[in-house]
Amino acid sequence: MTAEGGSREVVLRRIRAATGRGPGPVAGPSDSAVDAEYAAIPRDYLRAHHDSADHDVIVLFAERAADYRAVVRRVPAAGLPGAVARALSSGMYVVPDGLPPGWLGRVAADCPGVVLAGDDPPLPARALDAVAGVITGCTVAIAETGTIVLDHGPGQGRRALTLVPDFHLVVVRHDQIAADLADGMSRLDPARPHTLISGPSATSDIELVRVEGVHGPRTLHILIADASPAS
Amino acid sequence: MSMPTYLGLPAFPEAAATALGNDQLRRNLAHATTTIRIKRAAAVAELADWQQLRAAGKAIKDHTLAHLDTYLARLEERVTDAGGHVHWARDAAEANGIVAALVRAAGADSVVKVKSMTTQETGLNEALAAEHITALETDLAELIVQLGHDQPSHILVPAIHRNRTEIRDIFLAEMADVPSGLTDAPAELAAAARVHLRRAFLSAKVGVSGANFAIADTGTLVVVESEGNGRMCLTLPETLISVVGIEKVLPSWRDLEVFLALLPRSSTAERMNPYTSTWTGVRPGDGPRDFHLVLLDNGRTDALADTIGRQALRCIRCSACLNVCPVYERVGGHAYGSPYPGPIGAIITPQLRGVTSPIDASLPYASTLCGACYEVCPVAINIPEALVHLRGEVVDAQRSSPLHAERIVMGLAAWVLRSGRRLGLAQRAASASRVLVGRSGRIRRLPPPLSAWTKTRDAPAPPPESFRAWWARTHGGTQ
Amino acid sequence: MRIALFITCLTDTLFPDTGKAITSLLERLGHEVVFPAGQACCGQMHFNSGYRRETVPMVRGFARTFGGFDAIVTPSASCAAMVREYHPAVAAEAGDAGLAREAAEIAPRVHEVSGLLVNVLGMVDVGAYFPYRVAYHPSCHSLRLLRVGDAPLRLLRAVRGLDLVDLPGAEQCCGFGGTFAIKNAGTSAAMCADKVAAVRGSGAQVLCSSDNSCLMNIGGTLTRQRADVTVRHLAEILASAP
Repeated sequence: MTAEGGSREVVLRRIRAATGRGPGPVAGPSDSAVDAEYAAIPRDYLRAHHDSADHDVIVLFAERAADYRAVVRRVPAAGLPGAVARALSSGMYVVPDGLPPGWLGRVAADCPGVVLAGDDPPLPARALDAVAGVITGCTVAIAETGTIVLDHGPGQGRRALTLVPDFHLVVVRHDQIAADLADGMSRLDPARPHTLISGPSATSDIELVRVEGVHGPRTLHILIADASPAS
Repeated sequence: MSMPTYLGLPAFPEAAATALGNDQLRRNLAHATTTIRIKRAAAVAELADWQQLRAAGKAIKDHTLAHLDTYLARLEERVTDAGGHVHWARDAAEANGIVAALVRAAGADSVVKVKSMTTQETGLNEALAAEHITALETDLAELIVQLGHDQPSHILVPAIHRNRTEIRDIFLAEMADVPSGLTDAPAELAAAARVHLRRAFLSAKVGVSGANFAIADTGTLVVVESEGNGRMCLTLPETLISVVGIEKVLPSWRDLEVFLALLPRSSTAERMNPYTSTWTGVRPGDGPRDFHLVLLDNGRTDALADTIGRQALRCIRCSACLNVCPVYERVGGHAYGSPYPGPIGAIITPQLRGVTSPIDASLPYASTLCGACYEVCPVAINIPEALVHLRGEVVDAQRSSPLHAERIVMGLAAWVLRSGRRLGLAQRAASASRVLVGRSGRIRRLPPPLSAWTKTRDAPAPPPESFRAWWARTHGGTQ
Repeated sequence: MRIALFITCLTDTLFPDTGKAITSLLERLGHEVVFPAGQACCGQMHFNSGYRRETVPMVRGFARTFGGFDAIVTPSASCAAMVREYHPAVAAEAGDAGLAREAAEIAPRVHEVSGLLVNVLGMVDVGAYFPYRVAYHPSCHSLRLLRVGDAPLRLLRAVRGLDLVDLPGAEQCCGFGGTFAIKNAGTSAAMCADKVAAVRGSGAQVLCSSDNSCLMNIGGTLTRQRADVTVRHLAEILASAP
């Protein structure tokens, strides 16, 4: 423990006294009585606001994400490589390990000015600052709030990758879209780092006028890959 | 010292008077709070189960606070297991000292900061400056406040007291690399900030943040933001130090489904804010190599000990209460003399700092108890109840002073008001004084302290007979 | 019905016409109005100012005076809220369990005027006639603590000849807040100025409310500005008959 080990005991004892318990040993991390009380907390809110029988969650997601001024396109799975290629302008785009190579199948042919680079070994921050953009997948999308969630696993890259470049193209597979926030959060592994993205970066600090793109990618381009061949 | 950079400030009525005279400020505030108020109502109306979410938020927080020691011990264990280091700070000075030592150990003489009210509270920037460590604020509003040598005035939009022209002037005067033809268009101002800060982000060795939530079960910290400067500070530097109030803890990951529903809609009135980051300890190859969590008490356990006041610790810093408060709308944040302004500030600040200084004794009275704040609080803090409770503490603290004019007057008033007979006698005396007032039925000037009333309003003259006198006369005596 | 009138110290002392109006209105509707003479103050001013100890005798006095009545009506939503929401808590805090029980029993029987008429007596049309343009200011206590809802508006809409106009920003506090008006006079005046501007801009000839404290605040500013708008308590409008 550190030199301020004493402060830990002081704070924990203060809490104990403040919550009306008499003197005793300071609390440890395990307490089944506390866990039982936690489990009994009433939760009368709805875990689902949208029933997929009544709502097309893909349409809902596309609408809600577009509300944040992200560019949103929905394409049949077979059309995905073409859509990726169309979204790129010229320059260097970073591609994380584990991105399905098929997604980039049309880049060589359709985008002569585009160079694809990997992130292994990891690009230094200044180099990331100079690239044209980054292309990733995601782990979950949430229709209700138009949110994309990255857990920085395969095909998504480390966190700096989707932060420093100015353009982020993210592919969302239709089966990754959860209707509601609770459902979406329950699909995530808390041990992993997450970035929840709901539109490009913005601020309202100046007279409450919303301004896009302070830090973080100023352009967010979302491609929703549909299941059906015809769309 | 609980909040070392907020000492010796005037009582609220005095501070408010200065603010009320500032027309620009009042216009900024009226526009800002009205706009966000309407948006918030729409965002909340979208969720049919909003009241149930509020109830769950309240219940989860109350449960956590009742067992805060268990959950903090659990959080510490999980963060440590995941490769982070946990430090405990009894007060502001200790927290600042821990941070300074960690920065020096990392071999750095500057840090980039994500907006953190906790570090505003402890006066971290000033403490680091005393150790020759520069702290660069990266949140746009905090940057504006820092470059303007100013104090934040709102929880969510700290520079709301500045309009775009003032901001441009601050940037031109204080920002090293600012383009000379900079206009006051918000997009250009934001772009200037982007360029200015990017250099710092890409080269910083140490980042300092707070956290919105700390998940005990998993050791995960959560930062909710809009601009991306949070992500920059949390992932690019080699060392990350997060200073987090002990009340920010939540039991489990599942609780985020409640709080990520409550917070964005209540604060920026969006379905979801642009960026939310979560991380647990350290992760090789992705983000900081060293992570330090500094858990801060600094008076929170005093609030916890107050069975009515402790509800203030549920606060998730959304600022919805500020945006509906008619008092805040007219005086702004500086009048509250604290990093926490508005209704929540009026109940949390005296609990963290005590009720004896002029400003802290006046804060619980900086309200008409209209209750608009309670209506919008996403965790159902009964702010009016807490304000009245704290007023009782202020009065009780003053009972030991022998000659206290107000207490004497209130004692006399209580003696009259608790007896129907004495009240009737006082009324007869008041009615008899009518002859001094004349026939208009209005009093245009009252003696101090009631002169404060007649400065802008007429006062009613006592009628020829009170109601009870009329009743006694027309209904044949007592009943 | 036999209804006890809790007049409140403010209305008793400065606005007796409101009490006379309630009496004549309820008698016109066929009820018996009783005025227990020993009544005094509900303690709201002291409680809200932090003088909680001083409030206890007032709580006791109220329970003693009104304990025997099935229905108690008062012209003040804030005083009704004080009795209903806080009298039991004051007694409990003082350690008087018996008084706390009494206060809890009386609480649901205490009604502000619109609540009594609409919720207890089940009426909306009380046979009133008031041919003027009227705006209604819902006091914060009636709106958020007592939650009278739209009862006052429903009653006003049923008044013959009355033209009910919208009051912009109606739900915004008028700035009275008891001792706030003195301790934070500048802010209070700023809030009241905005309320008065809304009233004057609404086109109303009369401003109505369920609380004389709000009317004293807004009305006092209106007369200082020599505005062409008068104020009337809800009960006084409802008591008006041809």
